[in-house]
Amino acid sequence: MAVCIAVIAKENYPLYIRSLPTQNELKFHYTVHTSLDVVEEKISAVGKSVGDQRELYLGLLYPTEDYKVYGYVTNSKVKFVIVVDSSNTSLRDNEIRSMFRKLHNSFTDVMCNPFHNPGDTIQSKTFDGIVSGMMVPPG
Amino acid sequence: MADESLFDFLHMEIVSHIYKEQQSGKEEMDNKDRAVCVSVLESMGFRVGQGLIERLTRDSPSFKDELDVMKFVCKDFWTKVFRRQVDNLRTNHQGTYVLQDNTFSLLTQLSNGKQYLDQAPKYLAFSCGIVRGALSNLGLDSVVTAEVSVMPSCKFQVVVQKL
Repeated sequence: MAVCIAVIAKENYPLYIRSLPTQNELKFHYTVHTSLDVVEEKISAVGKSVGDQRELYLGLLYPTEDYKVYGYVTNSKVKFVIVVDSSNTSLRDNEIRSMFRKLHNSFTDVMCNPFHNPGDTIQSKTFDGIVSGMMVPPG
Repeated sequence: MADESLFDFLHMEIVSHIYKEQQSGKEEMDNKDRAVCVSVLESMGFRVGQGLIERLTRDSPSFKDELDVMKFVCKDFWTKVFRRQVDNLRTNHQGTYVLQDNTFSLLTQLSNGKQYLDQAPKYLAFSCGIVRGALSNLGLDSVVTAEVSVMPSCKFQVVVQKL
């Protein structure tokens, strides 16, 4: 279960960022911002290895003392960042991958919506619903 | 197989609607009006291309370089959108690509002779927009133009803008 989910555009500004309301939201914004550097590093690093099939899932970006940050980049250079609680060790790689898949599917639907302009913040209620389903329900 | 004609008809109607709107009240269309129509069609195609590419590249791995992107556009993208592959892709390796399609699906319904040759570009504007939108979402800013010499074959010229 995620603690914070963010969608970052190609130009590195946030299209959608949502964290648990009970926590210090600004801290999550900073965490997501710093994780962008790691994402860039991974993207350019994979480019150097010739013949490697580049995957969209970037894996664990970096662990902090309380949280683990995972990244995923789409072919249109839109980045998804998920922050999960470190204490929740039962989350396996596969589950994180499936969360990213769901996010990507729902993001694709948002992009195909003719009322959405690419580059605007995401206002879709369906997308909100999917994200809420993935976040820890506030206790 | 009726699905294919659905888009063909819709596209024909879009083109004629835009031109009729622009012409309303005036006797003759001058070049400026024609340019407006073409750019309206092209920008519609641009938005459609962006959404399409998001859906089509969802599962495929990242592209290694520009040429890889162009090959994807010529094969998979063209197949999904125009139901065939591009016949010929030429490049000068400096950022200019020419995609040649010998039986472009949106032109097959127009007759082969010279009579409608000057009307053909109208029907290509939307497709130019689609290609431009697709490339822009994949990270390549470009200018796409199309030309027709013999129907229904047409050439799309893509010039990738370098920063």
